[in-house]
Formats: sequence, structure tokens, C-alpha cells
Amino acid sequence: MLAFKLAFKNIFGAGFRTFLNIAVLSFAFVIIIWHNGVIDGWNQQARRDTIEWEIGQGQLWHPDFDPLDYLSYPDAHAPLSAPIKALVDEGQLAPILITQASAFPQGRMQGVILKGISPQQHILKIPSSKLETSGDEAPALIGTRMAKDIKMKEGDQLLLRWRDKNGTFDALEITIAGVFNCNVPTIDGGQIWLPLERLREMTGLPGEATILVAGDGYGGGGQPPWIFKNQDYLLADLDMIIQSKKGGGAIIYGLLLIIALLAIFDTQVLSIFRRQKEIGTYIALGMTRWQVVGIFTVEGSVYSILAILLGALYGGPLLWYSAKVGWAMPAASTDMGISIAERIYPVYGVGLILFTVLLVVLTATIVSFLPARKIARLNPTDALKGKVQ
Amino acid sequence: MKNTTILILSILFLSAFSVSPGADEILKKVEENMSSENRVFESEMIIHGRRGSRTITSKTYSVGDKQSFTEYLSPPREAGTKMLKLESQLWIYSPSTDRTIQISGHLLRQSVMGSDLSYEDMMDDRKLTEIYSARLIGEEKVDERNTYALELTAKVEDVAYHRRKVWVDTERFVPLREELYAKSGQLLKRTTLSDVQKIDGRWFPTVVVFKDMLKQGDGTEFRMTSIQFDQEIPEYLFTKAALKQ
Repeated sequence: MLAFKLAFKNIFGAGFRTFLNIAVLSFAFVIIIWHNGVIDGWNQQARRDTIEWEIGQGQLWHPDFDPLDYLSYPDAHAPLSAPIKALVDEGQLAPILITQASAFPQGRMQGVILKGISPQQHILKIPSSKLETSGDEAPALIGTRMAKDIKMKEGDQLLLRWRDKNGTFDALEITIAGVFNCNVPTIDGGQIWLPLERLREMTGLPGEATILVAGDGYGGGGQPPWIFKNQDYLLADLDMIIQSKKGGGAIIYGLLLIIALLAIFDTQVLSIFRRQKEIGTYIALGMTRWQVVGIFTVEGSVYSILAILLGALYGGPLLWYSAKVGWAMPAASTDMGISIAERIYPVYGVGLILFTVLLVVLTATIVSFLPARKIARLNPTDALKGKVQ
Repeated sequence: MKNTTILILSILFLSAFSVSPGADEILKKVEENMSSENRVFESEMIIHGRRGSRTITSKTYSVGDKQSFTEYLSPPREAGTKMLKLESQLWIYSPSTDRTIQISGHLLRQSVMGSDLSYEDMMDDRKLTEIYSARLIGEEKVDERNTYALELTAKVEDVAYHRRKVWVDTERFVPLREELYAKSGQLLKRTTLSDVQKIDGRWFPTVVVFKDMLKQGDGTEFRMTSIQFDQEIPEYLFTKAALKQ
């Protein structure tokens, strides 16, 4: 307790120097929480959107299906067995047929992926009900990124060329029945969504699918030949991106923290040098050397406590405001191929705040202790005389 | 009167039948004219793109429809690239990587050096009469030449184009135009053959323009700068070892 009293007294006695140390450290404290909050907010939003728009509660893949190898698509399809059909009818699975094609917007040829989805499905948020049609026209859905790429809007017509299961070319003019806006580029860029039955008819693959998306009621597990891919597997790429972003951000705020800690380190070195008589007096009054080291170390730690309090004072409202209004992402970020909302809302969890408090206090204590170790080697008589050692 | 009409119609029908050969016969004559024991030719492939044109020159040795060896001569980026076709297999050697890769499966559907041709277009060596039912639909003028217009409909499932229309010169039995259609009836590609020359006793088109009708642009032009038929071609050329030499 005595150590804390002395520490607070000495720190406040240092005046402006103390304020600068605390201000820099508090800034690092607020930035660490904000940055990690943004990443956590992005992570939560991206996971939620990917589940709702693309992967559901997991997917059943045809064994030959490799989403990164479009040459695998023509072979990756199989008819649905009776048990699978029953699950589809119950709304637990949504079959999707995937094939490759070429689109010809404004006379340009562009490779596209055709995806057939049932207009009646409710597992994914894709507005597939817009694909319901009574006439002969072929309705199609595209995302905003695709609409921008091919310069198309609702009601426009687009010529498609594809090959059926035998490799025979076919061509058809489709009508854009809707343009949906979502944050998941993997269901948008370069993709055209068609009614499942229409695509089956176009490719000569009646009753077949490439993947099945599982809904809430699905129990999990594969159904031969289909291989079940759970959410952890399907979100692994996203997790890796988030981790790498966290790592990149850690370098930036790590540098900021190092600057703040360096200031504390310097202050400690200076005060030990200037307060040798005081140190000698403590020892002469009966304190052990390590008790004196403790007083100086606590002084350093108190910087961190004050920094946290200051950070909470101005950072609290700032972080709250940031979580409320979000952080607008630049328009180009939607083309990066990863799920990013137009506005990211930071999420500050209790774990994040406790971790940051612990990080700041621990590192400040360590950098305070390092120069204070010198006290243990001081000769008390020389210290009392104020001799430089 | 009725009998006279029937007689006149019968004579007209029979005379028409005797003047125009059957569709299969026309195709057979075309194949006889166009195919040879072997051929060696140098050619220019001019690919007209949206940002300009580029020309690729090559020398090809082929035996029948089953074996061919092509070496690209220019531009420098493509020079030294070699392509070997043996029956239904295709290999490409790239000098920059010093590697030979086999083009198979769905890769065959990719474009050849950015042209309007796919590897598959070059690989399909089945005779048209084997995979299409031909029908003579009339006679038309193409480039001031009288032609037979033939309609070919696929009689097997594994063909790239469900329907074709071919215009064949009535005298020289050289195709002057071909149109390729999708199953839906959409015109997909048009091939125009011109500059027909008599070489070694046979009529042969030396300029072929392939045009993808769904996209803008002037297509891909294929010009034969020299051609020789029935030459002695060393057997080793049609081996994978020849690709790296």
C-alpha cells in the first residue's frame, strides 16, 4: 500500500512528463481496443453473412466438386437419392447445380458460373423467389458486383452460351429478373443464378445437383456419394484472412505500444538516476533493496493504470460512437473477394477489453521493472551521498 | 390432264434428282478433295481482338486426320512452342518452361492462343458423314460461285455443334461457308473459306476466317502461305521426343 501511495505521489509530482506518458499509453490502449473491435465486428458480420447467403449449416458436396477448379464442374454432379429428395422436400436441404458458361454482354465474351437454385428454397437469403416464372422466358438473378461488371440491370437481356452434359453447345437469352445486394462476393462475382429445373433442362441433367446446402433442421453427416462439409471447414478461408488481418494490425498498434513503453522506460531510467538520495534514504530507513525496486516498479505500473483510466474517459465515448455509426469501407473493398460489409460495426467484447488492460499493465510493469533492477545493485552509502554509479 | 401433270412432275423430280448429287455424296466429294495422304503447310493465324490484331505463324506437318505436328515460328513469345496431335491425344511443349503438357478433358475446350478456335475444334477428326445426317436444302450463290447448301444435323450425342450448314462449291467441291448452330437454333460460329487455288491438282481454300458470332470483333483469320501435299515426312516427328528437339 505504501508503494502505491509513494508511486501516486511521485507520479503526480512529475507533472507534464507524467501526463505525456499517460496520454501516449492511453492512446495505444484505445487504438488496440478499437482495431481489434473492428476486426471482431468484421469477423462476426462476415461469418453471419456467409452462413446466411452461402453455406447455411454446412454443405454436401459431390466428391468431384472443387470450388476453386472450374474444370471440375462438368463432372461434379449426381442424381439425388430418395432419402436426399425427402430431405429436400422437407426443406432441410437446398440442391444447387453448378456449371460453366459464357455470357456475351455488349458483344464481349465473359466466363461465368451458372448456378441453379430452387425458387422455393428458404435456406439461403438469395431472393430465389424472383426466379418463379410461368412463361417461357428464362429469368436470372445476379448480384450487384456482377451487374456492375456486365453493365446490366433488372429487365435487361443477356445472351448465354453453355455446353450440355455431352459437350454440345447451346445458347439462350436470359432476362435479369432481379439484382441482389449482399456482402458475400463468392455468390456474386461472375455468377448467374437460374431456376434449378431450368438449368437441369439446359444441361440435360434432370434431377441432379452439384452441392446441397443444409438448413437448420439438417442433422449433419454425409450421404454417399455426397461429402458433408461443416461450417468450420467452409469458413476456414475467412478465418485465415481475419487472422492475417489481426496479425497485420498487431504490428501497427505494437509499434504504438512500444513508443509508449519506451517513454515509460526512459522516465524510469531518469528517475532512478535523479532520485538516488531518495533510494539511499529508503534503504537507510530499513527497506530492503527489492522493496525499493518494488516501489519503482509499481510507479511504472501506475502509469498504465492512469493511462487506462484516461483512455476510458475519452476512448469510452469514442468507441461507443464508433460501434454505433460503424466504419464505412471504401467502395473498392467490395472487389477484394472477401466478405466485407459497406459499413463495419466494431464489437468490443469483455474478453478483448480485459486482454488489452492486462497487456498494457503487464508490459508497463515489465518495462518499469527492467531499469529498477539497477537499484538492487546500489551501494546505499553512495546512494545517500548522491554519487553517480 | 391429271396423268400429264403427274408425268411432268415425275420427270422434273427425276431430272432434279439426277442433276444434284445427294448430300452424303457431296460431303464425300468434299472429303476426297480436302483430305490427302499427308500435307506440309506454313500458315499465318491473325487474331483480331478488341485491342488490335496479332499474327502467329506456324509450320504444320500432318498425316491424314490422325497425326499432326505444329511448330510456332513467331512472334518471339510463341516461337518454339510445339503441338503434337496423335489420334485423340494432344501435347504442347513450351520452350519457356521446357515442359510438355498434355491437353485433355475440359482443357480441350479452351481457346488456342486466344483465337476463336478451341483445341477441341482442331481435335475432332471424325468424318462429318459419321456424326451428322446431311440434307441438301438448295443451291445458293456464295461469293459469285454456285453452291450446294447442306444442312447437317447431329446423329450422335457427343458433338460440339448440334446443327451445321455448309455451302459447297458445285464445281470444285470446296466448302465456301459454314455456319455452326446451338441446339436452340442460335447461330454460334461462321467460317468463311476463300482464295481457292488449284494446288497439286486439287482445289483448296487458302484463307479461312473463323468468326464467333456472339461476340464483337473480326474473328480469326487463317492464311496458308505455302502448302504441299503427299510429301515425305519423317516418322520421328510424330513422337513426344520430337517436341523437345
